[in-house]
Amino acid sequence: MVKINGEELNIAGKSISEFLATTNYDPKRIAVERNGDIVPKAQYDETMLCDGDVVEVVSFVGGG
Amino acid sequence: MVDLIPTKEQWHRALCERHGEDIQRYFESATVAICGLGGLGSNIAVALARAGVGKLVLVDFDKVDITNLHRQQYKADQIGRYKTEALAENLKEIAPYTELALHTVRVNDENAVNLLQNADIICEAFDDAECKAQLVNTVLEKMPHKYIVAASGMAGFSSANTIKTRKITSKFYLCGDEVSDAKDGVGLVSSRVMICAAHQAHMVLRILANEFEV
Repeated sequence: MVKINGEELNIAGKSISEFLATTNYDPKRIAVERNGDIVPKAQYDETMLCDGDVVEVVSFVGGG
Repeated sequence: MVDLIPTKEQWHRALCERHGEDIQRYFESATVAICGLGGLGSNIAVALARAGVGKLVLVDFDKVDITNLHRQQYKADQIGRYKTEALAENLKEIAPYTELALHTVRVNDENAVNLLQNADIICEAFDDAECKAQLVNTVLEKMPHKYIVAASGMAGFSSANTIKTRKITSKFYLCGDEVSDAKDGVGLVSSRVMICAAHQAHMVLRILANEFEV
């Protein structure tokens, strides 16, 4: 299981890109943290989610 | 008027009385970059200058507009001026010994490292969600030793108490309610934007004081 934003999901083995494609996140408005580190945008395709990973997708909204 | 301004030493002593000598020295030796000088950035800058942060790097390409004045630290007679220059003028009146570096440019992937290389901490204070995400990703990818304090979600009249600071990684802090989008037809309200800016400024000061938890 992979924990994403607090929710346990059965998506080990998928890449971050594959996971994001199943969500409503706008890839241009997010940062992805995995086990304490930011995943570089260029590595979303090749970064595979593993059992036990803890991931947070931070999605920005406008205003400042 | 000029001879009534306190000396740099008097200024330093007054701040040491409030913050303690050690912490004040941390503040005075710090460089903080502020990207975007709108409702967040201009208020962050005022708070950090008042606290005696040594150097602020101020980055914004835009000019002061009448629609900015309800929440941003500019004056009516500064409409049409570059925000970098207008804010520098105001900060010099508030805190004359804070050193300022002005960059009237758009931050992008190419110039970010060069603009921000001397900063210990970077504040993301843009308005646009894509620009926010881009800066946060760029800083954390290309300058992984630097701290970034970003903001997301501060529009509208919702409770002040829903604005929070969260620690996302050891170098990335996020302030705001994370949901109130300025594009949902809900305007930005000065007090709530200032609360979010104060969260960012306060986290910057806590990091400088070696307090890393939220």
